[in-house]
Amino acid sequence: MKHELPADAAWSVPVRAGRAITLTALADNANASVLIVGADRLDRLNIPDTLKSQMTARIHVGLVLMSDRGLALATVTESTLDWHDCLTGFLPSHLLLLELAKHGLGAADLHGGINFFTKVAVSSAAALSLVPGHATAGDSVTLRADQDLLVFVSTSAHPWATTPAGGVAVQIGTAEPGDPEGLRPEALRALELVR
Amino acid sequence: MSALDQVIEAGDGALLSVPAGGRLRIVDLHGNQAVDTLFYDAHDIDNRYSAFDTIREQRAVYLTTGSRLISTRGDELGVISDDTCGRHDTVGGACSQESNVIRYGHHTRHLHACRQTFLTLGAHAGIGQRQLTHNVNFFMNVPVTPSGELTFADGLSAPGRYVEVTASRDILVLISNCPQINNPCNGWNPTPVQLLGWW
Ligand SMILES: [Zn+2]
Repeated sequence: MKHELPADAAWSVPVRAGRAITLTALADNANASVLIVGADRLDRLNIPDTLKSQMTARIHVGLVLMSDRGLALATVTESTLDWHDCLTGFLPSHLLLLELAKHGLGAADLHGGINFFTKVAVSSAAALSLVPGHATAGDSVTLRADQDLLVFVSTSAHPWATTPAGGVAVQIGTAEPGDPEGLRPEALRALELVR
Repeated sequence: MSALDQVIEAGDGALLSVPAGGRLRIVDLHGNQAVDTLFYDAHDIDNRYSAFDTIREQRAVYLTTGSRLISTRGDELGVISDDTCGRHDTVGGACSQESNVIRYGHHTRHLHACRQTFLTLGAHAGIGQRQLTHNVNFFMNVPVTPSGELTFADGLSAPGRYVEVTASRDILVLISNCPQINNPCNGWNPTPVQLLGWW
């Protein structure tokens, strides 16, 4: 299954456990803000727990994305970029709120998300600035679903962007067998709990 | 004359109603004690504190004097109006039984955790699992580096240091005085804090 979202759109797509979802930037400076909900449609991606258990402040290959209840939701298995932002949130568009509403979700579910294809640089004093030109058309990232997921994708521009929003292709396919290298013990524990 | 003067033991918490203009001070009585805190619009709990909207609006990771506490709708719930510690975290989230298992192993499954306190006290205001979000960790030091790493470091706080929030509208403040003993966020020894309020 492949679908191309235009810029400034929102969509939700179910991804069965064991499948892979690949996002591909269709334009330079595209941004894909993503929220993920687990199989019970209540357990959400928890960015703080994901970051602190894997000692990172960016999303990259070899991370397990974890839920509020400490379960693996998805594993980042491939990415042409080594940094996807997860610190600066997103402005929920009306279209994204409508997508949430279709699933009985709403404002209470606006948790931290991932801004795929966006990099926000961190200074030594932890001041933040958008890195222009981080993603170019063709950059991609692949997540393996570790349980049945509902994935929300918004293609609004990052609030700091000075360039227009871009489209993003979403492809669901077969996941490669095996875990990526370098998973921390914490990530393996989160995976064990859903296997 | 304070409207509130209460000591919160480690592992306990508080649900406070602070009117617009009210000042809430949290005093780190013994130093290096993480105080996990959530803020809600008192009249609409779906309009709640948003860690990452707050970070984006101030274009910086750490919270200190002048930091505006922003809601999911972009409203200002409060402002940090005084701070003798200098740096507070809002990236690290709260501890839970589940995240303790992930970070430290299955033997920590039944240790008391901040999420238990949030759910217990939040229930009085209709705050359940869906209404819990990424909190502020007052007095906690979670450095984020230019290379994109995140670490838990020894606190910058010390006995008697305090932080004060002035409410920008009527707010609910849900506090868990963190019982975590598996990392240095409480200096390996959780201790009481004092809440003072003026309104
Ligand atoms: Zn805690």
